[in-house]
Amino acid sequence: MPSEPPHTGRPAVVVDGLGKTFAVPREHVMTIKERALHPLKRVRHDTFEALNGVSFEVEQGEFFGIVGRNGSGKSTLLKCLAGIYNADAGEMYVDGRMSTFIELGVGFNPDLAARDNVIMNAIMLGLTPKQARSLVDPVIEFAELEEFVDLKLKNYSSGMHVRLAFSVMLQAQADIMLIDEVLAVGDASFQQKCYDEFNRMRDEGRTILFVTHDMGSVTRFCHRALLLERGRIVTIGDPAEVASEYLELNFGRETGETTTKGDVDERPGDRSARIVEAWIEDDTGERVVTCMQGRTYAFKAVVEFLEDVDDPAFTWIFYRSDHLEMMVATTAWRTERSGHFANGQSAVVTVSFENVFGPGRYHPSVIVAHRGRGHDVIDRWDQIFSFMVAGPYAAGGAVDVAHQIDIDRAVTPPPSTSSLQRAS
Amino acid sequence: MTTDHAALGRPIGGPSALAGDVRRFAHLTVTLAIQEFKLRFFGSALGYVWQLMRPLMLFGVLYVLFAVIIKVGGSAKYFPVVLLLNVVIYTFFAEVTTASVRAVVDKENLVRKIRFPRLVIPCSVVLTGCFNLGLNLIVVLIFALIYGVPVRWEWLLAPPMVLLGAVLALGCAMLLSALFVRARDIAPIWEVLLQVAFYGSPILYPIEALNKYPIAQQIVACNPLAALLIEIRHVVIDPTAPDLYTVFGGVWWRVLIPITLGVATCVVGYWYFNREAPRIAENL
Repeated sequence: MPSEPPHTGRPAVVVDGLGKTFAVPREHVMTIKERALHPLKRVRHDTFEALNGVSFEVEQGEFFGIVGRNGSGKSTLLKCLAGIYNADAGEMYVDGRMSTFIELGVGFNPDLAARDNVIMNAIMLGLTPKQARSLVDPVIEFAELEEFVDLKLKNYSSGMHVRLAFSVMLQAQADIMLIDEVLAVGDASFQQKCYDEFNRMRDEGRTILFVTHDMGSVTRFCHRALLLERGRIVTIGDPAEVASEYLELNFGRETGETTTKGDVDERPGDRSARIVEAWIEDDTGERVVTCMQGRTYAFKAVVEFLEDVDDPAFTWIFYRSDHLEMMVATTAWRTERSGHFANGQSAVVTVSFENVFGPGRYHPSVIVAHRGRGHDVIDRWDQIFSFMVAGPYAAGGAVDVAHQIDIDRAVTPPPSTSSLQRAS
Repeated sequence: MTTDHAALGRPIGGPSALAGDVRRFAHLTVTLAIQEFKLRFFGSALGYVWQLMRPLMLFGVLYVLFAVIIKVGGSAKYFPVVLLLNVVIYTFFAEVTTASVRAVVDKENLVRKIRFPRLVIPCSVVLTGCFNLGLNLIVVLIFALIYGVPVRWEWLLAPPMVLLGAVLALGCAMLLSALFVRARDIAPIWEVLLQVAFYGSPILYPIEALNKYPIAQQIVACNPLAALLIEIRHVVIDPTAPDLYTVFGGVWWRVLIPITLGVATCVVGYWYFNREAPRIAENL
């Protein structure tokens, strides 16, 4: 978790009631000829409210995340803050020198050498030519491109290009930085370097407003975050909460019915009962198709009996999208005597558990079988539906069980047994 | 939220034509102009020579055709020098305005990505043109000396007069670059207008060649570019050549027409660019 930002006097950035509307012409009249031919035709405009009543404050030294789905207005917000778009309503204030990084390497020209491009970029970012020239050496050094300083940019590989641009950004030394998804580029080791630099900048107490899709970096770096949806603020506050809300917004859209329509006749079983439908409920009882990590969900299936059946076994099997059997929940072992079900009777089979599955897509199967080991199938519905698991932490394992990690520095292992200890 | 706005720091405004401090404006303009200038000569074998060759070749053709064969120059003194100077100034004007048409759209990656005073774009285009113009004028100077044009102190008036031409070009550049964002057919329209201006200005011929058609002569002189060429010739090269006052038949208020048109172009250009500047990024 990020440490607390150093608190001083007035906020670094204040946004009060910001609004921005775009006029989207239905027919794009671009030429004078068209206008001359149709002088009376008015260009009709659809208005699109990109931002509406957005207000927030960013404290000095705060690492502030701005998240939202595509088209939620986060880039518009950043461009208004950067002074690239004209705000239609509201006021914004900034305390300190602000630099914008909507894109890395603004003003880079492929036909000029790295040195000229660094100077150009730095001047665009608001430095004087003198400052810009003195920046060249540190930038080239940080980017590890000393051998290529006089090479034209068009001969750079894309990785070198990004490295150069990123080091200009770091060396530009702005008090307040607006950063738009710059980490989407570069290879893994460069991204790691970026993360390290972000950590360093945060510890230096620089104010950073950071637009991203990556909830991992929000929870890792941000002191606070803001979630935008359709131009309005949904949540503002704790990054972990904002991240999980973002994921819910992103995946929790298609709520409601989940059961896929399947042909009963194609399913294995002797048809003395049939599975009618299945769904997921969250802890408030609402049907969902996306499960957040760490929350409890109830997986429910309705079974309708067409004959009298004694002690049937009900089973849910959870498969990951690559057919790995993640979990089996069955009554066959625990509650062998599930009771008598008469013809025409219905039953709801509920499996509930705290969701520890890793992020991804899952396909459960529901099986009803005669008493025994579950091989004498009454009805088996494979891939009855699919659901997503989403979570802010994507460490990579198949499951993410609540755990604790400790590092104990004080212990020095005896030299002879070190390999054994590592194994244990 | 609090009403004490002064306590909240500097307000963030939208983009505009001239916002921000003057030094940053100057730095940006100069840097962009130099970059553009460098780019034009990188990658070509003869580099800068081409920049000199273009007006010189045009001058060569025109000289052979109009000064040797057809002799439109008539009795005009130092006509080849006048012709070269005219060609150089017209080339400057044509290059700058043509480049300015697409300038804002071509600089899209800057306009949409970073905040800077938008007026930097037309200004840097004009400045790049001025670098070329300055170098070309040195050639004109050498040619004038070789041709035996008497050196007079009025030559010192040449730079400010050429500067007026640059201001006129800037006025057109502001108007054209902002208009092009809205209407893309400004490009061909301006090409045609430049053609008209070429033949409609006393570039190939001295203004007194139109003495028989005083109305046509006066209409031509209403063009600010033509008026400037007439005055430069009169002041710098040949004091016996007609000045604007003579061309307009001694009616002094008519002299104001080209001046007014020139000033109006600059004012309207600035006004329009300034009006469009806040929304250029959205309308691109």
